[in-house]
Amino acid sequence: MNATKKAVTIYVPRDSTAVSLGADEVAAAITAEAARIGIDVELIRNSSRGMFWLEPLVEVATDAGRIGYGPVQPEDVASLFATGLTHGGEHPLSLHLVEEISYLKNQERLTFARAGITDPVNLADYRAHDGYKGLSNALAMEPAAIIAAVTDSGLRGRGGAAFPAGIKWKTVSGAEGEQKYIVCNGDEGDSGTFADRMVCEGDPFVLIEGMTIAGVAVGATRGYIYLRCEYPYGERALNEAIKAAYAANWLGANIQGSGKHFDLEVRMGAGAYICGEETSLLESLEGKRGMVRFKPPLPAIKGLFGCPTVINNVITLASVPIILDKGSEHYKNFGVGRSRGTLPVQLAGNIKHGGLVEKAFGVSLRDLLYTFGGGALSGRPIRTVQVGGPLGAYIPDSQFDLPLDYEAYAKLNNMVGHGGITVFDDTVDMAEQARFSMEFCATESCGKCTPCRIGSTRGMEVIDRLVAGDQPVKQEALLRDLCDTMLAGSLCALGGMAPFPVLSALNHFPEDFQKSSQQQTPRVRVAS
Amino acid sequence: MATSTFERRSPPIKLAELSSLSAADSAAINAVLARLKNLPGALLPILHGVQEALGHVPKDAVPVIAKSLNLSRAEVHGVISFYHWYRTEKPGEHVLHLCRAEACQAVGGRALEAHVKASLGIDFHETTADGRYTLEPAYCLGNCAVGPSLMIDGALKGRVTADRFDRLTGVTA
Repeated sequence: MNATKKAVTIYVPRDSTAVSLGADEVAAAITAEAARIGIDVELIRNSSRGMFWLEPLVEVATDAGRIGYGPVQPEDVASLFATGLTHGGEHPLSLHLVEEISYLKNQERLTFARAGITDPVNLADYRAHDGYKGLSNALAMEPAAIIAAVTDSGLRGRGGAAFPAGIKWKTVSGAEGEQKYIVCNGDEGDSGTFADRMVCEGDPFVLIEGMTIAGVAVGATRGYIYLRCEYPYGERALNEAIKAAYAANWLGANIQGSGKHFDLEVRMGAGAYICGEETSLLESLEGKRGMVRFKPPLPAIKGLFGCPTVINNVITLASVPIILDKGSEHYKNFGVGRSRGTLPVQLAGNIKHGGLVEKAFGVSLRDLLYTFGGGALSGRPIRTVQVGGPLGAYIPDSQFDLPLDYEAYAKLNNMVGHGGITVFDDTVDMAEQARFSMEFCATESCGKCTPCRIGSTRGMEVIDRLVAGDQPVKQEALLRDLCDTMLAGSLCALGGMAPFPVLSALNHFPEDFQKSSQQQTPRVRVAS
Repeated sequence: MATSTFERRSPPIKLAELSSLSAADSAAINAVLARLKNLPGALLPILHGVQEALGHVPKDAVPVIAKSLNLSRAEVHGVISFYHWYRTEKPGEHVLHLCRAEACQAVGGRALEAHVKASLGIDFHETTADGRYTLEPAYCLGNCAVGPSLMIDGALKGRVTADRFDRLTGVTA
């Protein structure tokens, strides 16, 4: 903040999606052009608003609010300045007031309240936007009252399993153990999801604050963020933020004079999808192969290094500060049924307006795909969407009106999971997608249980024979039988859910599996 | 096991004598070990450190790491082979991670994959003959709204078409 000279403040995101589309080059071009024409610019690398089709989205602070331009390429910068970028002048790339863009305006942003607004690693900026209010309240509360607030808010695990967070915390709080841990599951391996990445890169302090609150609540003094190694931008932002939090005594010993202690460290995964499963993540943190553990004992009783451990997803922990800041009632008032609060939905794949949509539970897929998403990027009809990552079912158009809510989805063998929605247009070959699900399971299986380790490879072979028209009726029966074995006999969700995309493809799009066997009739068709 | 049957008849072979590690590589590995070996659950951070320093985890680093953590060589080898990220062979000058996951498939990922393999003349986990590029698959780079995605030496690229790939790498088919 330079008070002596009135510099114009320009924002260019440092979010990795924005960078992947040229944000760094745009930032450099702005600095160079401003210097060339003698304008004093304060360039802030903010995070992304999550409107990725507009990235790189350049914003300028004006008296009326922040005015946006996008998508900006380096070659646009000179003309942007020429048409009055510094005071929000008109330009073919003008988006006008960013907060008024309907995609953003029609969201309910709680967890992502600061996304795209702040400088992610600037602690003063974080505090100026309600940061650390939740922890400040928590430090003045009894631990049991913190847990009660989280329980009352109805917050459930946002990683996919949807287990009530407060109950998990209560178990750890009551467990015996000299050392307890808070572990953040940042192994966001599901294709079509990037909400965890956006938190780590775009608002790392909210995660740090959420973990510290969890530590204070259950009596844990150490925390680990297990982040996947495919997220190097997130690693850098988190480490910068952790350093700043230590320097300002929001981490470490005697936090803000409260007598509470919490240490936090980032640990990088090494490219294993299975480590998103909580027990295999703990094995990995201990320095071992990420092999799934038998449960019980639950991690809450015997978790990391055999100690009581809270293990929650990034979004779950990042949702805690606002609950402690605004109260559990405030959070709970969003949502439907037993799905309380908001879900950060990620629109991905073949979608015109891909990005992050944080909405209260209960919104329909159709609304997300067409009102927010604007239909398929290719302009062709949307044929199917996969909700919940590579283990999620392929959902046909006939189910697009279902409200997004854990229970409604579970009833149809679908899952909300981590809220990723991957869109496919009508050129998709569902037999190929089904085969890929088995292939992915084979690549990523930890190998501990047979249905997952062997079943996935056999699944690929059966699908190949089915598509080739080699005794298709028999192959389909065999495939269904195999899926049943995997569903019922696998140790964890990888083998236990990989059949969901396969069966949903088979049930809803049988025609894709009979390309070479059109003459073969009748087909066995089992309702989902 | 103190029976004479299992007693060594000849002096034990010193692992160091068999090692093909250069003095510089050994020094780098020892520096990583000195820095990280006392962390709880140190093995993954150490392997990351070694790979960052040398581009890969050389086979002969295994006994050194094992000894320093009081683990068996099998345990260290098991961890290296379990995780896709670690490699035991020296990579090319640039490492490409091409996303194979569903969101990229939905916007032409499969076609891009075919183009990349054809223009580099290699498959996944291989290095071009001139030693310039190593190609690795990734199962999601978290860039799912603007695929297909590619990471070049840790720098993320979105909306990668065949043309953009050629421009980014300077490779022409």
